[in-house]
Amino acid sequence: MTVNAAVKWLKRNLFSSWWNGALTLLVLYIVWSAIPPFLDWAIVHAVWSGEGREACLGPGKGACWPFIFANLDQFAYGRYPAELRWRVDLAFLLGLAGLVPMLIPRVPAKLWNLGYLVVAWPMIAIVLIAGDRPGLVGVDTDLWGGLLVTLIVAITGIVASFPLGILLALGRRSEMPVIRTLSIVFIEFWRGVPLVTVLFMASVMLPLFLPQGVHLDNLLRCLVGVALFSSAYMAEVVRGGLQAVPRGQYEAARALGLSYWQTMGLIVLPQALRSVIPGIVNTFIGLFKDTTLVLIVGLFDFLGQVRIQLSDMHWSTPQGAATGYVFAALVYWVFCFGMSRYSVFMEKRLNAGQIR
Amino acid sequence: MRWSWTDPRMRALVWQVAALAATLVTLWYFAAMAHQNLARQHIATGFGFLDNTAGFGVVQTLIPYSEESSYGRAFLVGLCNTLLVAALGTVFAVMLGFVVGVARLSTNWLIARLATVYVETLRNIPLLLQLFFWYFAILQPLPGPRDSLTLLPGIFLSNRGIVMPAVETTPSTAAFVLCLLTAIAAAIFIGRWAKARKLRTGESFPTLIVNAVIIIGLPGLVWLIASAAFALAPPVMGKFNFEGGWRVLPEFLALLLGLTLYTAAFIAEIVRAGIQSVGRGQTEAAHALGLSSGQTLRLVTVPQALRVIVPPLTSQILNLIKNSSLAVAIGYPDLVSVFAGTVLNQTGQAIEVIAITMAVYLIISLAISFAMNLYNARVAIVGR
Amino acid sequence: MARRSSLASRIFPFVFGLVVGAGVLYFFLPGPPQGGKVQTAQQPGAKPQPGQQGPAQPAGSTLAEVRARGYIQCGVSTGLPGFSNPDDKGNWTGIDVDFCRAVAAAVFGDASKVKYRPLNAKDRFTALQSGEVDLLSRNTTWTMSRDTSLGFDFAGVIYYDGQGFLVKKASGITSAAQLNGATICTQTGTTTELNLADYFRGQNMSYKVLPFEKNEEALSAYDNGRCDAYTTDASGLHAQRLILKTPDDHIVLPEVISKEPLGPLVRQGDPQWEDIVRWTLFALIDAEELGVTSANVDQQMTSASPEVRRLLGTEGKFGEPLGLSNGWAADALRAVGNYGEMFERNVGTKTPLGIPRGLNALWRNGGVMYAPPIR
Repeated sequence: MTVNAAVKWLKRNLFSSWWNGALTLLVLYIVWSAIPPFLDWAIVHAVWSGEGREACLGPGKGACWPFIFANLDQFAYGRYPAELRWRVDLAFLLGLAGLVPMLIPRVPAKLWNLGYLVVAWPMIAIVLIAGDRPGLVGVDTDLWGGLLVTLIVAITGIVASFPLGILLALGRRSEMPVIRTLSIVFIEFWRGVPLVTVLFMASVMLPLFLPQGVHLDNLLRCLVGVALFSSAYMAEVVRGGLQAVPRGQYEAARALGLSYWQTMGLIVLPQALRSVIPGIVNTFIGLFKDTTLVLIVGLFDFLGQVRIQLSDMHWSTPQGAATGYVFAALVYWVFCFGMSRYSVFMEKRLNAGQIR
Repeated sequence: MRWSWTDPRMRALVWQVAALAATLVTLWYFAAMAHQNLARQHIATGFGFLDNTAGFGVVQTLIPYSEESSYGRAFLVGLCNTLLVAALGTVFAVMLGFVVGVARLSTNWLIARLATVYVETLRNIPLLLQLFFWYFAILQPLPGPRDSLTLLPGIFLSNRGIVMPAVETTPSTAAFVLCLLTAIAAAIFIGRWAKARKLRTGESFPTLIVNAVIIIGLPGLVWLIASAAFALAPPVMGKFNFEGGWRVLPEFLALLLGLTLYTAAFIAEIVRAGIQSVGRGQTEAAHALGLSSGQTLRLVTVPQALRVIVPPLTSQILNLIKNSSLAVAIGYPDLVSVFAGTVLNQTGQAIEVIAITMAVYLIISLAISFAMNLYNARVAIVGR
Repeated sequence: MARRSSLASRIFPFVFGLVVGAGVLYFFLPGPPQGGKVQTAQQPGAKPQPGQQGPAQPAGSTLAEVRARGYIQCGVSTGLPGFSNPDDKGNWTGIDVDFCRAVAAAVFGDASKVKYRPLNAKDRFTALQSGEVDLLSRNTTWTMSRDTSLGFDFAGVIYYDGQGFLVKKASGITSAAQLNGATICTQTGTTTELNLADYFRGQNMSYKVLPFEKNEEALSAYDNGRCDAYTTDASGLHAQRLILKTPDDHIVLPEVISKEPLGPLVRQGDPQWEDIVRWTLFALIDAEELGVTSANVDQQMTSASPEVRRLLGTEGKFGEPLGLSNGWAADALRAVGNYGEMFERNVGTKTPLGIPRGLNALWRNGGVMYAPPIR
């Protein structure tokens, strides 16, 4: 009976025609020639313990996992002093404490929660991580690295671009021609150039535009570049949400005698922003992946830190490089895939709400 | 018009003047600051440096270039390299993206799953990491030229890239090309005629077969009668590497591979959404009319799906072009690497170089948007 | 019950406001002086410097800025053994690093008041132009265009170098003249890239150049066989050969194809700061000539030689015009020793690099190291 069902399933889904059958066999062949060798490399013939490159050198050896285990701390914090790393952990735990209730639609007090995440928490995090305040030991940004820098760049990008993006989106839909034109030019400029050139501009050109005696360090310069860049993309996402708000809402608000800012702040934006949550999450995914580009201008983000450890003579082996990249890919994938699932979940929820 | 803050027109005017003034003041401030800084540090300004001798070599040049060429020439070399990788990347990514997108909707369970895994994996890993993987973990550890892997007879893969025989012209090349062009023109003409006749009389004409015979046969005849229209010049092993032949740099290969695979994953999603946007009724109606699955896809689904596909596809193509600037990280001599990298460094004129680089990408972006908008206008629903 | 909750609800906003207010206030408090910070180099709190007379420093001068900040920002390489190289604890060593320390000692009397900023070949000039570093001491070749149109001033030459090639022994190449048709890896944004072009053009040979952003990338590409040769300054070749997978499989070719006078540089337009850097370098070289070392500098204070006395500040007021104390050179010497000591400690024959003095010997010993006198 079950065998019969299985055969039926196979016939319907894999061998419905000779053409489909041939394709199935081809795919099976591809899978067969890719998966077992990979597993062999990653698990069976991999090196799981050892000290230094000698453990991973030699013919027939697969992935070099001890390299990852030995460098996990560097991957996470870079050269941030070990005895102060608890501050970084604390900062991100506090962020998580604000983020989790924000992401669960049922938890109330979203406005307060947003305020905490966008205003209060960044200040707390800056104090904790930079420590440049009385009573704490400061840590220079050169020492920051790894996932810490990746998260800082991505989060700063999204937090800073949020208000800027909303303003630009409103500007682009404004009825005032000058403001509309300025917004369009700003948005299209940043969207039209590659992030690499924006980062080059921030790190090479920005200093020439500052008055004498004012120095921004490299991380700060890159953050300025990333914030401007992502605000243009955020503006387009928010604009999509604004367009989705029915005209009747604007007209009704006007009819009630609300001013422009009241209309936007109380009626339009709450609806628009709710509908673009998936878009914002997707922008964040893109930004999270794009943070890797900061290594081109000499910052050590997660990927940059992996590369640094790879060039460390103590561990440098051909298999080490592949292992490092596969590990980095896995980490990025977990972050991005997780977020994209959340975005799909929110999209479904929103659509369900619309139908009802 | 009386001055009053309650008058919306007045308020709008004030806002606009204020915004314009703020923008101009900011720009003026930055310009003045830059001018002052440059003057204080005695940094050269102006675009005169473009005529100076570059003095450095570039590993891949599509236009004649030597160390004696100017910085301006080096800029063009970089631009050509960028355009080459962007153009090839776009073509391959769109092709692969369509295939994967259709595969995701396949009734074949295995193929649909494989396509999903492909999309979800590549989409969620940073492109730069993928480039590093292809370049540093796959292509660089390949054996040297002497122990090259043979991909096909005469085509070798090593850590110096791919080398293949060069195709050279012979005396009969001109005649061959002429015949080919004539055959293509004839084929187009026949195709039009056949379509017109079908609309008029309903009679089918075996266009495909006839055209295939013309396009292959006519130039083939020249090949047989005269002599081979092209000759292959295989690469020979020199002291260090293969000499002669056509070669593809590993940097180029890694960049093309990375850009294609990454962008194709996004295009696949767009294609899938586009196809799904076409109502089920359309497909059912097509089947009811007796069209086969292939015909349904080609004649009914895809033309309608294109309307949904083209706008987001445009932005993916723009992304691909912009992402080609990641070349700088793996040493492929694109515009950013050659111009915003080496030239900027030799001349130190950051503002001019970055401004030119950004302007080029903006112009390319605008040109592509414009072209795709034209195309979109053609495929969009007319009237209603 | 109701009363209590209403009391609580009245107190809560007050307490909440207080906490938020205190937090915001704390956020905008100024940071502690730089002394308490964890930086690339640790340093104790700044002390006011005795004997700081000299000419008034114009506002915005580099020296005034450096004094106010409490340390010198020194641009170094991202890692070149013997020149500037961090160990695994982040302590920097090398001849370029020692020079940074010497300048810090001359300015502050304390060689640890330096912060090192590792820079790529590509980023180094921007960093100096933008004021991110006060001094670039990063194996940088003195060329005319860098001195004129890039807006810099070179303070002198700390190491006379020349460009060479590294090849695999197995390739059988023994001379650069056999490199016709080779693919060569190098770092982008260096004079190396230009010299390479000049050399092959001059010899009428063809080549392919593969420039990388980072030295490590260029070297690893060469190590992986992507290139047939790797080129950089000869000193760098010796240093970098050591970090290849199997150093003994590679040799440095005998040819030196260029002149590479490496030296520290500063921004144009601040002659006082330029003089400080220039004369610190000269003082280190003069000290070797006069036989003053880090070990004997305190005894030499009482030396009879007027030249030594002028150098160490016991005679004349040579620090004043620089805006420094008169013991500036003595402070520098105490911290890093004279030029010869710096050389031997970092790159000399007793180090793994094992580079003989050669051109970098004093002029009296057949080299070209020659510093103007202090008088």
